[in-house]
Order: sequence, then C-alpha cells, then structure tokens
Amino acid sequence: MDLIADRGRRVTVEELNTTKLLAHAAEQARDRKFDDVMIVDCDAHHYENENFGEILPFMENDVLRQLTMSGRAKGRHSIVPGQVGYQDMGGRVTRYPLRMTEKTEPGKLRDAQLGERWMDAMGVDYSCLFPTGMLNVGLHPQKEMEVELCWAYNRWLTEVVLPEHSGRFYSQLALPISDPDAALRQVEKFGHCKGVTGFMVTTVRTLPVHDNSLMKVYRAIEERGLSLAFHSGPNWGEPVFKSCNRFLSVHALGFSFYNILHCTNWVINGMGERFPKLPVIWIEAGLAWIPFLMQRLDHEYMMRPSEAPLLKKKPSDYMRDMYFSSQPMEMQDMDALETTFRMINAETQLLYASDYPHWDFDLPSTIWDLPFLSEKAKHNIVGGTAARLFGLEPRNEAQKANLIKYGNYTAG
Amino acid sequence: MAEQFIGRLSEFENGSRQIVKVGATEIGVFRHEDEFFAYSNYCLHQGGPACEGLMIAKVEEMLREDKTSVGLYFSETDLNFVCPWHGYEYDMKTGECISDRKLKLKRFEVVQKGDDVYVIA
Repeated sequence: MDLIADRGRRVTVEELNTTKLLAHAAEQARDRKFDDVMIVDCDAHHYENENFGEILPFMENDVLRQLTMSGRAKGRHSIVPGQVGYQDMGGRVTRYPLRMTEKTEPGKLRDAQLGERWMDAMGVDYSCLFPTGMLNVGLHPQKEMEVELCWAYNRWLTEVVLPEHSGRFYSQLALPISDPDAALRQVEKFGHCKGVTGFMVTTVRTLPVHDNSLMKVYRAIEERGLSLAFHSGPNWGEPVFKSCNRFLSVHALGFSFYNILHCTNWVINGMGERFPKLPVIWIEAGLAWIPFLMQRLDHEYMMRPSEAPLLKKKPSDYMRDMYFSSQPMEMQDMDALETTFRMINAETQLLYASDYPHWDFDLPSTIWDLPFLSEKAKHNIVGGTAARLFGLEPRNEAQKANLIKYGNYTAG
Repeated sequence: MAEQFIGRLSEFENGSRQIVKVGATEIGVFRHEDEFFAYSNYCLHQGGPACEGLMIAKVEEMLREDKTSVGLYFSETDLNFVCPWHGYEYDMKTGECISDRKLKLKRFEVVQKGDDVYVIA
C-alpha cells in the first residue's frame, strides 16, 4: 500500500499485519522467556468508534439514541467531542493509516482479534481494554449524553466483548461522573459483571473529583472490592494549551497536567483517608510528574496543613499508597528514572502498561531490561502486582510458580 | 564477515528498499540517489523494524535574520527513514537518529559485482 510522504511522493509499505509488525516484539518475548512470566497490560486500547454501529443501540433514551444513530449513519456529525491531533505523525506511525487494511476473520469481533495478536506478540497474558475516542467523553457538553454513551459502551463491553473472548481481556468501565446518580447506577449495574475489575474516570475534564456528590460513587466501588482508575489524555482546546503550536507540546503536557490536577485534589481533600481500601490507579501520564507532585505537595503541606486537615501523613505518602501505570515511561535519564521508581515504591505500586496500539506504546522489555530492578520488582511490575490487585489467574504452571515465589498468587 | 547475495541491481530502483535476513540479523537495504545504504533493522529505541516504515524528507524550520520563523518545510536534500513503531527518524545517508545524532544504527557495506548486489555482514 502507498503512503503519502513529502510533496505528494508515494512510498510503498507492506499492508498491516500486527503479528508481522510486532515480530521483533515476539523475538524479545522469546529471548526473555516471557511465557513463564505473567504479564498484565493495565492500559491497552481499541477503537470503539469503529463499533458504534453495535454500541449505540444500547443507549437507553429513545431520542438520544435516534439522534446519534441517524446522524452517524449519514456521517453528518461526531458523537464524542473530537480534537485536533496528529497521533499518526503524518503516516510515520504506519499502523494508523494502514489500520483498516488489516485482515481479520469474519464472525469474530475484530477488536478482540487484533488485541490478541499484539498481546501474543508482546507476551502479554491479560489486557485492560480501554476506549480511544471516548477518553474525551468528559468534554461532552451534555451530561445526559455522557451518561448514555458510557452506559451503551459498558453494556456492549460486558455483554458482547468480554464474554465472547478468551478471558484475556478485562476492563475498568467508563464512569460518567458528571452525573453522580447515574454513575452510581452504572456501578450497581455493571460492578459484578465478569471481567470488570473497576471503573475508570477520564481525566480530560475539570470537574472536581472531590465533590461531595461523588462520595457515594467511590464508596460503592470500594464496597464491591473494585478499583478506580483515572485515565488521562491531551486536549488542545484547554485554554492554557491554546498557546502551544505543536502537538508534541500539547501531548507532553496534557497527559501529565490532567493527572496532576485531579491527583492534587484527590490527595489534598483526604480521599485516601475517606476510602482507604479503594485501590486508585493513575493511568497514562508517564512517571516524571509523580516525583514533581510529591515534592510540590509535601512542600506546601508542611506550611499549610490547616488547608488539608484530613491528612494524617504527607501528601507523598498518600500518593505512595496509590498505583501508577508505567507508560509512557520517560527513559532518557536512567538515574532520574531510578529515583522515580524509588520515590513511588515501584516494586509494589507500578503497573506495566503498553497503551498499544497508540503511537507511544511501551513493550514489556522496557521494564524487564531496566538495570536497577530486582527480579522481584520486575515480576511484580510486569504483572504480579496486577494479578494480585485484579485477581487474575496464571495461564500456566511456570507463571503460577513465579506468582507464588513473589507473593502475588491470590487466584484460584 | 561474509558477503551475501541480495539481488540484481535491476531489482533496486532508486527510492526502493528491501529487508534481507543475514543469519539472525535483519538488514534494511535502501537505494537512494544511485547509492546503497544498509542498516540494522532494529530500532535503537525499543527494537522496532527501523527500516520498514515511511521514507520522508527531513522537516526543517526556516528563520529570518530577525529570528522570526518562516515556518516548516521539507528539506530538498535530506531524506529520513522512520521506524513505524514510534516514529524514530534516521538519516538515510548516515543512519543517525535525527533527534540524537549520538545514536546511530549499525551500518553494513553493500558491494556491486557486475549486476549482482551483496551485503557484507
């Protein structure tokens, strides 16, 4: 297939075959004997917009369903707020322009087939499946539409996707926190479903996550033994980012910015004290922001404890109680990365994430090959901690032995 | 170091590339401006297939004398090849990673013997 390069010049590249594209990842997995290691990807994606034909019929409200389905059929409007963005880098990351050329077997959900291809190549045993475009659902101007879209997506995921496949996908479902009552209803409706390990708040939004109206939602999640994830993203439309003239800048800052914003509110308002048994996971903001925020909040808290009276320890201590996904892991300064791992107690709090198929994905080897990690830390981070957290079972005896060896075997 | 036959000269048009396997190593062989360039097909970032993606002119930004920007443009002379996994770009003529030229793909020599083309690996 031809891709357009400079001045309209055409460059021929092979049609997309995920297994072939990731052949070098498979070599890495073989070299490192990843079959023997339980690897859990706590942040992988699919393109739910390609499945809206199946998802939208699950919307409950007749009028809103008709509104979205009729408009979509004619291609007249988008359903989820979109953004300017150049994730494909002008076709340089070829799986974006070639995505629709990849062949899959008829009669099986395409997203799941593609997911299993990249998981197999990387040596990943389980993936937490998150949407792509719907990461912007928190920007929707109509909260009832946010509620309906999350409801439809969650029904489709729990009734079609998760049951239909080999049990290697799990999810933290989309939580429409703009409407706390509706969010609570979705926790009650879907919280017990197979493959559901928790709920996910998209952080590209400015709603205060510590608002009193949301406490019943968090309590319901905690009571069910589920987890709460905050998944970040970029937003060129955010007023502060309108000065940025390059996507690189918006992307680099945006993911960290939204997690910094919401994590600050979460910590300073004592949510760790209110919900001490609720596992909280901060996803896809990289790691460099965490030492920054720990130091910044500790510094201010020491002088202004009266503004955070619920805290019984320093903000950084609460942050160390939470979990963080590894991707996109900043790897340019290995000393800084080692310091970051120490500051966040990575051995017990860091969860490997690929973010595949997005452009800045990380392979398991990015963790496995770090020179400063112990064997226990490697096993924990690539999957052991997630196996314990989400109750995932090993897929073979060698994985089971490793989970037991490092204290992560809780399933069965 | 051994010579491995990789094809006839006529099979390498300008602007084309082939990925050849020599033992356990993959090598990307490009023909650009009537020259051969051959590099390791393992990206220095995460090991992606560095030579299998888009080939595209280097993007540059022109400044006026008063330091204001004219904007972005494609180089008339410099071509990069791009790892399709994450977009790491390499200079076609040197194999240097353009975002950090200290990083350089291993280069292999290509020799022509009559109409036959060999890579030395």
